[in-house]
Order: sequence, then structure tokens, then C-alpha cells
Amino acid sequence: MSTETIDLKTRLITDFHARESVMNGEASSEFHQKKRAALAEFDRLGFPTIRHEEWKYSNVKDLISASYNFGAEGSVGFAELEDLKIPEQDANIVYFVNGHYSAELSRFVSSQTEITISSLSEAYKKTPALVTSYFDELTKGGQDAFTALNTAFAQDGIFIHVPDNQSVTHPVILRFVSDARVQNVGSQPRNIIAVGRNSSLKLAEAFRTLGTERSFTNAVTEIYVGEDANVEYYKVQNESDNAYHIGTTQVRMSDRSHFYAGTVTLNGRFTRNNLNIVLDGERCDAHMYGLYFPDGTQHVDNHTVADHCKPNSESNELYKGILRDRAKGVFNGKIFVRPDAQKTNAFQSCKNIVLSPDATMNTKPQLEIFADDVKCSHGTTTGQIDEEALFYMRSRGISRPEAMALLMYAFCADVVSQIKIDSIREYLEGVIAKKLAS
Amino acid sequence: MLSINDLRASVEGKEILKGINLEVKPGEVHAIMGPNGSGKSTLASVLAGREEYEVTGGNVIFDGKEILEMAPEERAAQGIFLAFQYPVEIPGVTTINFLKTAVNEIRKYRGESPLDAAQFLKMVREKAKLVSMNDSLLKRALNEGFSGGEKKRNEIFQMAVLEPKLAILDETDSGLDIDALRIVAEGVNSLRSPDRAAIVVTHYQRLLDYIVPDFVHVLYKGRIVKSGPKELALELEEKGYDWIKAEVEAVS
Repeated sequence: MSTETIDLKTRLITDFHARESVMNGEASSEFHQKKRAALAEFDRLGFPTIRHEEWKYSNVKDLISASYNFGAEGSVGFAELEDLKIPEQDANIVYFVNGHYSAELSRFVSSQTEITISSLSEAYKKTPALVTSYFDELTKGGQDAFTALNTAFAQDGIFIHVPDNQSVTHPVILRFVSDARVQNVGSQPRNIIAVGRNSSLKLAEAFRTLGTERSFTNAVTEIYVGEDANVEYYKVQNESDNAYHIGTTQVRMSDRSHFYAGTVTLNGRFTRNNLNIVLDGERCDAHMYGLYFPDGTQHVDNHTVADHCKPNSESNELYKGILRDRAKGVFNGKIFVRPDAQKTNAFQSCKNIVLSPDATMNTKPQLEIFADDVKCSHGTTTGQIDEEALFYMRSRGISRPEAMALLMYAFCADVVSQIKIDSIREYLEGVIAKKLAS
Repeated sequence: MLSINDLRASVEGKEILKGINLEVKPGEVHAIMGPNGSGKSTLASVLAGREEYEVTGGNVIFDGKEILEMAPEERAAQGIFLAFQYPVEIPGVTTINFLKTAVNEIRKYRGESPLDAAQFLKMVREKAKLVSMNDSLLKRALNEGFSGGEKKRNEIFQMAVLEPKLAILDETDSGLDIDALRIVAEGVNSLRSPDRAAIVVTHYQRLLDYIVPDFVHVLYKGRIVKSGPKELALELEEKGYDWIKAEVEAVS
């Protein structure tokens, strides 16, 4: 059998064992044992097919049919990143190129008493026990092949630790760049964010691509939200037309904590975002906002979970999409209300504008409620631009394309306005306006 | 300025306008009255270019140009303005942003440079005063959650900003209390000038106490069946529309 015909799964498993064989003593560490268990899970699950309920509308066949150079060294300088940059304000900016942390490109402004920010590999060298205690604790047993794969291969990414009672003033912006200028590249960033009691953090992950070869990003972020803590988390995907992205963000919230997530998919060939929030505390509130703009033959799939485990908590979700051409969109929103989670309030809404008869949107709200004293609601809409509004604007002299752009922008505005990192919101306002005007 | 010749229009195969003829000269105000369902709003919509209506005959010449083939935005740029009977709520677009886009799109169409933010704001503040439009409304999403009176006032405010040559007011008085009606009418009157004209579509005479027309036309079953001076409106107020209907039926 020639190497070309070995499938991606086999190649990855072989690669894992090859790496393991040169690890010496480290192979017996608890950290590595977690990875080994994850590999076994990946081996058992295999890449999902569309027969898998969670992947019914999202076919990864095309994604796994290619080969990728995982962990390829990218040499990217500031000049090459210029076009990809989000105009900066005072923020901690951390760069990863093809999954490798770049000390040269990164810069930090927050004090170390407020926050520890380091690459996962560095953090593990310094404090292996601490990193191990967080690693895969939220994701283990998740029955997701891509997450298990990421765990098995986790090498780099970010490790953020905010001690108790720290309000981190400057946001942390993680920039993941795939350098696909000369070859197909793959990266599997693994991020651990632990925010202590009564602390707050604003965090963003931004994904970009250089070049037009294929890129495959399989990202996993675990976020621990301590008691009374407040975490805002944004994910901005503006990748190439040849970029495949699978991402899982797994969150655990403690008592009286607040968590905000904003997921904006501007561009990419195939995108699957899993956002799983476990409200494992009383009186906490989770907010999920999403926006997506697929065109051409792009595919964007958002799967979200709000898992209410304790009483008196609230989750609130609003996803919006504009689909053009032959684009496909998927939204699957699960709300679990466990037997203990009385007095839960859970709201979910997914609204879409479909601009072409060839574009499709599949929405599936899924509510599983095991408590009796709860308020839950969900709604999805899929429609076209309001013709009456369009005529109103045109009658004032606004051209049809301009009126369409204004109306579409207005449709997105309530999600964009939820993004509280100014530089990112302003960047998105500009990019979205430009995208809608085209 | 405006010449409507044997205009016929239908919606979903049903003919609503059955041959309208009307001449409007600069400086004139024409009132179009008539019972419900006579085609008044259809006429206003067809002039502004609403696409649900199919024009099946006739033509409309505005300032020497045939406008029926023009898109609504082109007509606006030519100087035609329709004040809507039911202004549309547009969440997410502020009134001020909407108007700035409209003003600059029209300027672009006419080959003029866009107004900068300062020039625009100054102009807008002046016009807002004309119709007692509160600044806070300008910053809110267009018509969203506005009261009926606020919506109508916003229509007149937009008209003041865009300074059309021909204003078409489609039942602007409906749903207004007497104070709001007076403010709206004052706004309209302040824009009257020898080179501008208006068509005021209304069901009731009430508005015409404040916006005094030069001519009154009665529309019935898709035709103008009677025209006269402003006193005709008073007669209609007093006697209703039945005598007009009877006259028409007697002739046909």
C-alpha cells in the first residue's frame, strides 16, 4: 500500500505511536495517559459520517480525504500579517502559526499578578501538575472524534490562569494563523482558560489563513468560569475559501458566574463550531451569540449546548445567518434542564436570511427538560429580505443594493453590538459592512 | 411639472386605476379624495414606483421625463417623495443613518459630492425643528416603537430633509390627533414654494383645513370623477360621497 492511500485516521494513529516511542519517561506521565486514552477513543469513534446524528448535515468526507502537514513550521513575519490584523488597542496579543506559539510576534501588557498567559507547552514544563489538573477535564468522554483527536495530539495552544479576585483590564486576543502558502497544513491548538473566583476576563480567538492551499484547524478550548466570575469569549473566523475548521469550546460555569460567547464566521470552506456550556452552578447566566455569512459553496455548522444542572440559572441564545449562492448552514441548539435545575430560564433563537433559492439552512432546536418549574422557549426563522422595507428605503433614493446591505447589516446589528472588545467589534463592523455591500 | 395621462394599473390581475388624467403645475397643491377602495393609495404607490402594481397603460411625465420605467430610487433622485400611509419599522437602522445614506445616494445620482458629517448634522437639526422632531428619535432605529404620530412626523421630517419637487402624501392624516395633525401640516406648509408641488391623498377634509389645496379631485372606482376648487372638499365633508357615487352611476 502506498502512503497516499492510507486514510487520515490510520495515518494519525500511526503518527501518535511513532511520537510515543521517542518520549522516554514522559510517556508514563498522567498528561500522556490522558492523551493515550483520547487516542483510544478516537480510534473507537472514527471520523463521523452523515449517519451520525450530530453530523447529519455536515459531511467531513471532503475534509478527511486530503492529507495535511500537521505542525508544519511556518515562518511568518509582521509584514505578512499586516492584512490579516485586527487593528489593535491595548491588548495581550498571542500568535500561533500552524499551531506553534510565536514568541516573536506575541506581546503582553497585563501584569503577572493579574493573569498568567503562556503557551501550553511552556506552562506544562513549569507547572505540569496544574496544567494536567485542567487538561481534558471538561472534554473527556465527550463522544466527539475531533475533540478526542485534539486531546491525543495536544502540544501547543494557550494556558491562561486568572487567580481569584482579579479583574483583567486588557483583553487577551489569540491569533491563529494557518500558513497554507506552500502546502496543505493542519493544526490542533489546545487552549485552557481557568478564571478564578470573582475575577473577570475578556478573551478572543481569531482564525486567519495565509495562502490558498488547504488548511485544517481542529481547535479545542476548555474554559473554567469560577464562582462570581465574568468571562467574555469571542471567536472570529475569517479564513480562506480552502479552510476547514472544526472547533469545540467546552465551558463549565460555577455559582453566580456570567459567561458570554460570540461566534462570528466570516469566511471559510467548511466550519463546524461546537459550543458546549455546562451551567454547573446556581444563579449563573450564559449568553451565546452567533453570526455567519456563508456564500459560494461554503458550509457553516453551529452546534450549541446549554446544560442546566443547578437551580435558578439562565441561558440566552441568539444566532443569525445570511446565506447566499449555494451555501449551507446548520444550527443545532440543545438545551438540557436536569432534574435539579428548577427555576431555569432558557431562551434560544436562530434567525436566517436566505438570499438564494439554492442556499439551504437546517435548524434544529432540541430541548430536553427533566425539571417541572422552568421557563424555556425557542424559535427559528428563515426568510428573505422584507420587500416593504426595501421599497421604503428605495423610495428615499437609496439604491436597491445599498438598501439590501443596510437591511442585512441591521439584521446583524444586535449580535455585533454584543461584542464588548471595542477593536474586535469595530473590525467586524467594517468587515461585515464590506461583505454585505459586495 | 407632472402630467398623468390615462394611467391604468392593476394588482394581481385586478384593475385598480382605470385611466387617470391629472396635470400638476409647480407651486400647486392637489388634494385627491375619495371613498375607501377607490384607488387613492394605489395612485400614490404607482407614482412612487411600488413594484406590486403592474402598469397596464398610459404614461406619467415628470419634468419632461417618462418615469414609469424608472426604479423607485431614480424617481426619488428626480425629486419625487412619497410620505407613506404606513411607514415601515426598520430595526437596526437609525433614522439619522438612514437619512444620511439617502441624502448622499441622491447627491451621488445627481453628480454632487457627499455631505460631510458636520454639514449633514447642521442641515438635519434645522429640518428637525420644522416638524418639532425630537433629537432622541433621530438616534433611534427607524420608526421602531414610534407612536403613530411620531411615524408621520418622521415622514414629513424626511421630506423636509430631501426637499422633493413633488411630495405625495398618502393619508398622512390617518391616525393623528389634532395637535399632531397641526404639526405635520405646518411642516408641509413650510415647504410650499412656487417651484414645488404636492399631491395630498386623504379620506377626510380635516387635513385640508391646514394644508389648503388649489384643486380637489374625487377618485372613485379608479377614475377621477370630479374636480373642483378647495370648496369641493367642504362639500364632500358635509354631504359624504354618496351623491358623487349616484352621479357616476347615473352617467354610466
